[in-house]
Amino acid sequence: MFDFGVVTQWIDELLRSFLPGTAATLVELVLIGLCLLVGYAVIALILIYAERKVCAFFQCRIGPNRVGPYGTIQSIADMLKMLTKEIIEINHVDRFLFNLAPFMVIIASVLAFGCLPFAKGLHVIDFNVGIFFLIAVSSIGIVGILLAGWASNNKYSLIGAMRSGAQMISYELSIGLSILTLVVFSGTMQLSEIVEQQAAGWFIFRGHIPAFIAFVIYVIAGTAETNRGPFDLPEADSELTAGYHTEYSGMHFGFFYLAEYLNMFVVAGVATTLFLGGWMPLHIPGWEGFNQVMDYIPSLIWFAGKCAVVIFIIMWFKWTFPRLRIDQLLHLEWKYLLPINLCNLLLMVIVVVFKLHF
Amino acid sequence: MELIENIKHIAPDASVEEGKIPTITVPPTHYRQVAEELRNNPNLSFDFLICMTGCDWGDSLGVISLLQSTVHEHKVFLKTYTTNRENPELPTVSDIWGTANLNEREVFDFLGIRFINHPDMRRLFLRTDWVGYPLRKDYDASESINPVRLYSDDTLDTTPTYEATPEGEISEKENILFEDDEYVVNIGPQHPATHGVLRFRVSLEGEIVKKVDVNCGYIHRGIEKLCETLTYPQTLAMTDRLDYLAAHHNRHALCLCIEDALGIEVPERVKYIRTIMDELQRLSSHLLFWSSLCMDMGALTAFFYGFRDREKVLDIMEETTGGRLIQNYNTIGGLMADIHPDSIRRIKELIKYLPPMLKEYHEVFTGNIIAQERLKHIGILTRENAISYGVTGPAGRASGWSCDVRKHTPYGVYDKVDFKEILYTEGDSFSRYMVRMDEIVESIHILEQLVDNIPAGDYAVKTPAIIKLPEGHYFRSVEASRGEFGVYIESRGDKYPYRMKFRSPCLTLVSVVDQLTKGNKIADLIAIGGTLDYVVPDLDR
Repeated sequence: MFDFGVVTQWIDELLRSFLPGTAATLVELVLIGLCLLVGYAVIALILIYAERKVCAFFQCRIGPNRVGPYGTIQSIADMLKMLTKEIIEINHVDRFLFNLAPFMVIIASVLAFGCLPFAKGLHVIDFNVGIFFLIAVSSIGIVGILLAGWASNNKYSLIGAMRSGAQMISYELSIGLSILTLVVFSGTMQLSEIVEQQAAGWFIFRGHIPAFIAFVIYVIAGTAETNRGPFDLPEADSELTAGYHTEYSGMHFGFFYLAEYLNMFVVAGVATTLFLGGWMPLHIPGWEGFNQVMDYIPSLIWFAGKCAVVIFIIMWFKWTFPRLRIDQLLHLEWKYLLPINLCNLLLMVIVVVFKLHF
Repeated sequence: MELIENIKHIAPDASVEEGKIPTITVPPTHYRQVAEELRNNPNLSFDFLICMTGCDWGDSLGVISLLQSTVHEHKVFLKTYTTNRENPELPTVSDIWGTANLNEREVFDFLGIRFINHPDMRRLFLRTDWVGYPLRKDYDASESINPVRLYSDDTLDTTPTYEATPEGEISEKENILFEDDEYVVNIGPQHPATHGVLRFRVSLEGEIVKKVDVNCGYIHRGIEKLCETLTYPQTLAMTDRLDYLAAHHNRHALCLCIEDALGIEVPERVKYIRTIMDELQRLSSHLLFWSSLCMDMGALTAFFYGFRDREKVLDIMEETTGGRLIQNYNTIGGLMADIHPDSIRRIKELIKYLPPMLKEYHEVFTGNIIAQERLKHIGILTRENAISYGVTGPAGRASGWSCDVRKHTPYGVYDKVDFKEILYTEGDSFSRYMVRMDEIVESIHILEQLVDNIPAGDYAVKTPAIIKLPEGHYFRSVEASRGEFGVYIESRGDKYPYRMKFRSPCLTLVSVVDQLTKGNKIADLIAIGGTLDYVVPDLDR
């Protein structure tokens, strides 16, 4: 299996051969930052296109089909339009907080994005509390959304922000607990090690029932966390027109929009890493030939493919279910998911202690 | 007649004019007393106010209300008037019939009659700074008096109300709608879920709705005023533009009313085709209801399913009438054109096509746990309130009130076809939803019976070149997609109507929004609005 570590190693050595150590590190930081941002933008564009196509097929429509073959250039055209649009100055807003909010949201999602192990050796931040860091940075996004709703000085926005505050803080618990279940199982918080451990079999298969329950809860809570249907109450368009980003225009709105799609990717990426083996190919013990064939598929494709499956499931939710009401949403979390999650954690501990897993 | 005997007994000084529907005229001093008696006397029990019409009779201004008893099924016109044109005042009946509340505001808006003890004497449709009362015959419509104003209208948190002392002195008071520290949010006039330009002012306590104040008039086109300057055939064009999802029903009602007044009997073929078209229209309207309710509740995919199937209905109608939304098909004495030869085949295809689709709808939406949780036990309208507020149509039938005009006073060929009147008793959002879904099935059933049996014959009878209705007042109603749509015509024997009033089913639907949503969440307000399914051009007229 191709190890991207070879490439990064080579670049590192090349830089160090003619630059002093600090400068080389600095250049590498800039390069990585650039790569991340480019990757971020490209993935967002692909996701926007995918969402429009998927939703179109669900709805017996064709979807974008005019710009480029099968409408593939459509989202690039949309991005260019968004970039050139005027950012409308609104009276009676808290100018500083209003402008700060979209950046908070986008920074949180870029930071979380940077934590993901995309392929073998292609991993930006990898340290022993990787998951802890990921949960921490992805939560910063709530602050941005609350700020956006508060600073807009608009009643719809405020209701949207209050809803999302209540919703995200609640579902953060479920995400945290279901991730914790897997941390208990793997015994580490380092993402690379978690992936390595799944070489023998993905956690969702090896972890028995508790891992599967954790996966289901994670996908539900992750959907809620990204404010997507059926949990899209903060921006419920038929109730609050657009919720917390009602007053935003131009690229400021674009940031919220990008962040929404990238958060979906991050949620899918984490689900992939924790439950579906990350970039690890599918190995079935005893089937040597099959395993070899699987190894020929590049790790990047494995990761992207698994993410795509999870993202498709999340989109499927959105385009099928009606929206929940705020009290039902909180009931679901506090009365069902949280207790199930706690029991599940206990179950996982039992599984690990008595070595009941595969 | 027993009814007239009874009425004469309770109101000796009232003059009773006999006719198909008797008319009682009472002076304002006894108006309330007679109204109460009509409502509460068990032999009369006129509990349903169908239609309240304000009218300027030249020497007097007044109100004529059509009352119906849901127990005895009899009808009566109750008329009162005042000769004071400077400060016309009449007692209110809004505490006797809930629907009178908005209707009296409408009368105040158009004729300037102030209703004493009415809790909320604001204008209903026009701006607060509008000068004059348009439906008065001496109204000056010149543009210098009411120019197009380029500033927005003030929104008031208080409303005037007029109270009378026992000595008969009138004093003006203020009712407070919203306190200063209430969190009042505008839902509309530009809002995706109000189905048009309707504005709710909603007072919120967190997510919970405390009070809803309906502000209408954003799409008021003065159709009733316009009709007074149009000949009868010309007025037909206006009806399609009221509730555009019940264009056929509306026009059917007006045609029936005029044909009745003229004594025209239309050929059987016309009756069949009109009934078929009415049911197709009902199908298209209920399919749209399903789609938009799903969209309001966030199920966006379902929206497209409904529209896909509604397209098939519209295609059939387009083939015959040439129109998809505004069809202009019925005329006085018949139809504009004969039914298209292909239509029969296509209607049969539709009858085969729809049932599996309905099954899909139920799988996608009705059976969904989220949808059920959001609709069941939410926004309960009791039968009493449904009758008092005149909430007819599917919303009324969901509360257990048998109010289907097709059953009670059949028109077209509804007396010849077999169909069920769908009744639910819960009165919640879910039963309002289910009534419509079941009515789709019934409509298909009616179409099935009619489509092969259209008798041969003319598609219209010859009518005089200039249509003049004999002097008198006439009322006819049909079962439109959203409830009873009625037409009231007052004629002085001219070729123009003296007063034409449309009884809009949607105005009554909107009048119950406040009581249905109180204490529920914002999301419920949207779902309740969706299941009531009002169409704003119909209520604004």
